[in-house]
Amino acid sequence: MIRFENVSKLYATQQRPALREVSLEIERGEFVFLIGQSGSGKSTFLRLVLKEEKPSNGRIHVAGKDLGRLANWKIPHWRRQIGTVFQDFRLLPNKTVYQNVAFALEVIGKPRSVIRRVVPGVLELVGLEGKEDRLPNELSGGEQQRVAVARAFANQPVLLIADEPTGNLDPATSVGIMKLLDRINRTGTTVIMATHDHGIVDQMRKRVVELEFGELVRDQDRGVYGYRH
Amino acid sequence: MRIRFVLQEIGIGLRRNLTMTVAVIVSVAVSLTLFGLALLIRAQVNQMKDYWFDKIEVSIFLCNDNSAQSLSCNGAVTPDQRESIGASLEDLKPQWVKAVYYESQRDAFDKAREQFKDSPIAEFLTPEQLQESFRVKLTDPRRYIEVASQYEGRPGVAAVEDQRKILKPFFTVLGTLRNGALGLAVVMLFVAVLLIGNTMRVAAFSRRRETGIMRLVGASNFYIQLPFLLEGAVAGLIGAGLASIMVVLAKTIGIDQHLAPNFALTPFIGWDAVIRTLWVLLLFGTAMSVIASFVTLRKYLRV
Repeated sequence: MIRFENVSKLYATQQRPALREVSLEIERGEFVFLIGQSGSGKSTFLRLVLKEEKPSNGRIHVAGKDLGRLANWKIPHWRRQIGTVFQDFRLLPNKTVYQNVAFALEVIGKPRSVIRRVVPGVLELVGLEGKEDRLPNELSGGEQQRVAVARAFANQPVLLIADEPTGNLDPATSVGIMKLLDRINRTGTTVIMATHDHGIVDQMRKRVVELEFGELVRDQDRGVYGYRH
Repeated sequence: MRIRFVLQEIGIGLRRNLTMTVAVIVSVAVSLTLFGLALLIRAQVNQMKDYWFDKIEVSIFLCNDNSAQSLSCNGAVTPDQRESIGASLEDLKPQWVKAVYYESQRDAFDKAREQFKDSPIAEFLTPEQLQESFRVKLTDPRRYIEVASQYEGRPGVAAVEDQRKILKPFFTVLGTLRNGALGLAVVMLFVAVLLIGNTMRVAAFSRRRETGIMRLVGASNFYIQLPFLLEGAVAGLIGAGLASIMVVLAKTIGIDQHLAPNFALTPFIGWDAVIRTLWVLLLFGTAMSVIASFVTLRKYLRV
């Protein structure tokens, strides 16, 4: 699903590379935690996967495409198979729960009939049935993140990228979100989640990839967060 | 393509940015009005040139008994001289000369009497006071000098006159008006383009959440830009529409009600020229807005 071959990324304004010679392979259907301190290169890694940045060196394959050879105009279509969830939810405040999820399908040109069928289904999957007409600011943080997950999952992505999805949530709520991501993973969707949350990583016992100063320092199946600390 | 969704987005965008939208519409309207007036003046000038240049000729006046003031005159023109001038003019056909008419003193006298029939001058006129002449229609009126130079100073010729020069000051005024309108139009168009660019920048910024999410879920660039471009197009079209109204008013009030009754002999442009101008304004206004929007958006809505 994802293959990094000796990937380095050096930002023009910085002396130290954000990523250095990272090689990594993630198979279809895996659940991977990406951990490391702030500035370790997690965000850069995710941005490279989404082709929001280009690597300075090395090759990246995502969802069957060599990103170096993917023409700019093809990026939007390619991105439709990737769902994204962020720490700050990124919902549209003036749209209801239903409209927020529908928006993601509308803008990629899905017909109304498909949207009417799909949206209630994903909202039920994330446990928001009955709250379709609420606005984001009427929801708790956990519920807002569920909307964001629903939006990311609505188009049946093969890959779900979650950048600290529990960063703004209390532990109990976080567990709910993790269960949800696990459920999505079980449908066959590959999940990569960047996180600082020890408890979650230790509890889930999934593959753990750790970055430190831009280098890959650990890649462990069924790992825990505190291995090196 | 979800048409209702796109239309809804345009409406939201135009209303959110109402003051900027109004500024864009007004500046587009003013610049296109000036541009339209310049086009009308140009059409008018062309029409009048066609009309007058077709009517007005080069006149070669021949000597009469009184033309002592002209150096080449030595008494009245002799029949030989007259014949040779006429023959040489015939030789210049068709490359230089389209047609030649001979006007005798008698013809000139009849014309003058007709022209001055209400004036006491007519009583004192005699045919002998007037000059006989060749009225020459040139194939290309702009090559007047080349033809005239062959006859000036020739024995029997008193004077060669390009009658177009009577109209010259008139065309100069119209030309200046047209250039002035065009110059102001260019300045205003520049202002309009800057305003459109700025409006699009503000619009892109105020919708960065939406466009960010659109990008994230894989909406195509075209789909992301379309509401903005259509916003620009709608504003441009409204501006061009207002300019069209002004141009139509210039025709109905300016020309039909004020100019035409006072200059009965002047041919004024008809509705066909006005309608051509309206098409130009509508297309130009819309295209300009869309292109200005597109160029700005490329900068502010990156993939």
